[in-house]
Amino acid sequence: MDVNNPFALYKWQALFDARDIFIGGLITTLEVTIGALVLSILLGIIFGIAGVFPNKIIRVINRIYVEFFQNTPLVIQVIFIYNALPHLHIMLPVLLIGILGVGLYTGAYMAEVVRGGIMAVPKGQLEAAVSQGFSYWQAMWYIVLPQAKKVMLPAMANQTINLVKNTSVLAMIAGGDLMYQADSWSGSNMYYGPAYFVSGCCYWIICFALSKYINKLEKKAGV
Amino acid sequence: MIKLQGINKYFGDNHVLKDINLHVKQGEKVVVIGPSGSGKSTMIRCINQLERPDSGDVIVDGINLMKSKAQLKQIRQEAAMVFQQFNLYPHKTVLENLTIAPILVQGKSKEEACQTGLEFLERVGLKDKADAYPAQLSGGQQQRVAIARALNMHPKIMLFDEPTSALDPEMIKEVLDVMVDLAHSGITMVCVTHEMGFAREVADHVIFMADGQILETATPEAFFDNPQNERAQQFLSKIL
Repeated sequence: MDVNNPFALYKWQALFDARDIFIGGLITTLEVTIGALVLSILLGIIFGIAGVFPNKIIRVINRIYVEFFQNTPLVIQVIFIYNALPHLHIMLPVLLIGILGVGLYTGAYMAEVVRGGIMAVPKGQLEAAVSQGFSYWQAMWYIVLPQAKKVMLPAMANQTINLVKNTSVLAMIAGGDLMYQADSWSGSNMYYGPAYFVSGCCYWIICFALSKYINKLEKKAGV
Repeated sequence: MIKLQGINKYFGDNHVLKDINLHVKQGEKVVVIGPSGSGKSTMIRCINQLERPDSGDVIVDGINLMKSKAQLKQIRQEAAMVFQQFNLYPHKTVLENLTIAPILVQGKSKEEACQTGLEFLERVGLKDKADAYPAQLSGGQQQRVAIARALNMHPKIMLFDEPTSALDPEMIKEVLDVMVDLAHSGITMVCVTHEMGFAREVADHVIFMADGQILETATPEAFFDNPQNERAQQFLSKIL
């Protein structure tokens, strides 16, 4: 009977004994999360500003980036990067591929968040700054973006939480992340129950802690 | 000080400025009036290139802005603008609103910018609000801060784009008082406004615009008491 129970006690025991594998996976997941988050915010700011830039060509570049990455599945993007780069004689560690893939994908969403935030700031703000002799970039940095932040923060928080969960795509390319370790460990011994339950809890804890932290930031920013 | 020569400006198919010629000498106060949609705001915004004309020359303080874009930043510091919607920076305190551009654009020290900033705040009667945020001020107070912010750039020219149009009637006077005081200080001023009393009191010239053209240029007395242009006569008969 016990064998048919996915949550049988001995299966938990086995999981506990193999905890180093899961901790290793969790660390990889956190590494990819941090790397991809930094990349996506940078891309989001650059392409978000590009989306409202006076020059039309630059606005078109923003649209191409956003529409391409938003409208194709993340899994395909990551597998494509994983398989395509070696053909270009670029050998990257799988961790970097994960950061690149998830970062590029989330960056497209971040860009839309930044663009929306900037557009929510009245046009007169940029005009007032420029009329005082600010350059376009100074006006963006000191006047527009600090005001756009209030609009952007909640939406960026959502994207960040999605990003954490989306790092599980690394399981598809043997990324060594938490999802991959749960998959491969339970695939060899069939102890799926505890493996996925514990992994799920880990994702939940990271995301919940993040959303609480962001709530705090929002309060500080006066959202 | 300011020369607009043969300015044309289109918004799409809409010909909003038609061959505008304007000459403002140093220290002169010019008031621009006319019905809405006549191109008044667009014209004043051409002076500091918030709108770029499609043709013509904009010469400010001897620099042709249509030809030398490099000096635009310099001219924008010399020609400070006050907007209808105030456009104070809401995330900055009143004093920071006054000091951010002098510090970042003109490279002044924080001490110097704050010191002159407080002097200008005192001049507009709002020194006690230095640490308040714009949202905590009334519309009239915000516009007086906006004027102080413009003055803290130590401009040679002040451009006013309907500075009292967004204000409640009881707040208009406090802003006009500041502007009258400023006019008597000898600064060059171009002011788009519907305040005829202000125009009478301070203007050297009144310019009447309609349909993207300057139809009449006259002294306030001549314009208000004996307008020559038919459109101007109609306009004045409706508002006076």
